[in-house]
Amino acid sequence: MTIIEQLIALRTLFLREIYRFSRIWVQTIVPPIIMVALYFIIFGKLIGSQIGDVKGFSYIVYIVPGMIMMSIITNSYANTVSSFYSCKFQRHIEEMLVSPMPTYIIIWGFVSGGVARGGLIGLAVSLTATLFTEIHVYHVWLLLLVTLLTSILFSLAGLVNAVYANSFDDISLIPTFVLTPLTYLGGIFYSIDMLPPFWRELSMLNPILYMVDAFRLGMLGVSDIDPLLSLSVISAFVIVLYAVVHLLISRGVGVRS
Amino acid sequence: MPSHALVIEDLVKRYKGGLLALDHISLKVKRGDFYALLGPNGAGKSTTIGIICSLINKTSGRVQVYGHDIDQDFAAAKRMIGLVPQEFNFNSFEPINEIISNQAGYYGISPNLAKERTEYTLEKLGLWQKRKNTPRELSGGMKRRLMIARALVHDPQLLILDEPTAGVDIEIRRSIWELLQELNAEGRSIILTTHYLEEAEYLCKNVGIINQGKIIIDTSLRALLDQLKQETFIFYLQDALATAPKLENAHAQLSDERTLEITPNTTLSLDELFAELHNLGIRVRSMRNKSNRLEELFMNLVSK
Repeated sequence: MTIIEQLIALRTLFLREIYRFSRIWVQTIVPPIIMVALYFIIFGKLIGSQIGDVKGFSYIVYIVPGMIMMSIITNSYANTVSSFYSCKFQRHIEEMLVSPMPTYIIIWGFVSGGVARGGLIGLAVSLTATLFTEIHVYHVWLLLLVTLLTSILFSLAGLVNAVYANSFDDISLIPTFVLTPLTYLGGIFYSIDMLPPFWRELSMLNPILYMVDAFRLGMLGVSDIDPLLSLSVISAFVIVLYAVVHLLISRGVGVRS
Repeated sequence: MPSHALVIEDLVKRYKGGLLALDHISLKVKRGDFYALLGPNGAGKSTTIGIICSLINKTSGRVQVYGHDIDQDFAAAKRMIGLVPQEFNFNSFEPINEIISNQAGYYGISPNLAKERTEYTLEKLGLWQKRKNTPRELSGGMKRRLMIARALVHDPQLLILDEPTAGVDIEIRRSIWELLQELNAEGRSIILTTHYLEEAEYLCKNVGIINQGKIIIDTSLRALLDQLKQETFIFYLQDALATAPKLENAHAQLSDERTLEITPNTTLSLDELFAELHNLGIRVRSMRNKSNRLEELFMNLVSK
């Protein structure tokens, strides 16, 4: 395929993903907005008003970056895992496999959909947050870079899950038992400086911490970790996960006999 | 343009559990051919098709489509193929015009051209009025036609159909046959697997029979039917008979008083048989073959 043909194929996959999650907006767009609104009401307003400032910000302002990042993570992951598994389940993945599209176009087609949904929900959650508190932007480019890298990372992770999934149960196991605990323990609701040394060191093994922390730096200008280290960790995960996904799909794991 | 649409050399597929699905098969399908790949369930037909279309990984061997190797020149090889799989494999929630135009997009066809081709193929397959519907809202026959439309949208030169008329009524089957004949007349090569042997006899020029992962026959349909040594005909008679007549070069027996089964020797022509019946005063109202000739031959070959 020529470069132009590959771009046409990529555009087709991207638009297909956008149409897919837009068609089911009640399942894909509305729930995360309702969920974060509840978080802001309960943790931000009701409980947060009883908690003092964290790093010079009121509690509700401090948790906003983490809430946005949590929405980006869960939605970019959910988009690729459900879309790719649905393609496998209904066997229309074969439409792509019989075509001349190279593996990397198929991967980036799905990932672009995950990034689009993650970004869209991140924006929607940010707008929802303005109903409860003010929104800060300290480093706009850092915010955009962290959003892009994080949504790519979790879109790729969703693909790995979908490749190995053999049932709809399999696509909910990782989000329930791995993603949610890591997200909640990733510094959304607290600064790791508030933890005892052992738990602080243990938290450093959680990759989501680096994303939340870098995003918080982009919004509020405060962080617990060197942003270069955070960006390096996120980038390293993106590279490793891309290599894994490319290997799996080019070998036909989970999609070819 | 190469003289062969498909060349398979020494193809082997062993599945993870150890099952040897294809045992060193080799096959050539000429450009413009209408080729039937026949075999009992589990013989290896769908595995062969899956490997040609990159849906199944081969263990070893070579496959070339219009001279393009599926490993070394996979994009060019894939462009040549249009696949109509055995089972429906649509996104049930996607409107059918999107299914077709997306498929065109996967082949790098520009959006404007994809729109034109979508309209053309849906019109050709009689689905244009249903373009906004989802596959869930289509009948079985319409879904079959949708799969053919999807396979044709990028204008492939080799159309591979895995049991395209399974489970459709006679009228739709006939319309699919006419369409396939039309596509073949346009110069497209067609490979068809089917369990309806009259379908293969009606449509195809050449036949391959695969059994237990091996090609046991690869010849023209004519040459295959010539292997048939004896045929039995059923004659429906004008007048009732009390006993079966004694014929010189044929064996006759009565099924009922107006139905006569005759198995002529290979040396006896139908003209001679009719003349003999006429001389005996037996008037024939109509006649037919007792069984499908290809079916009979097929059963003999695969049960060996």
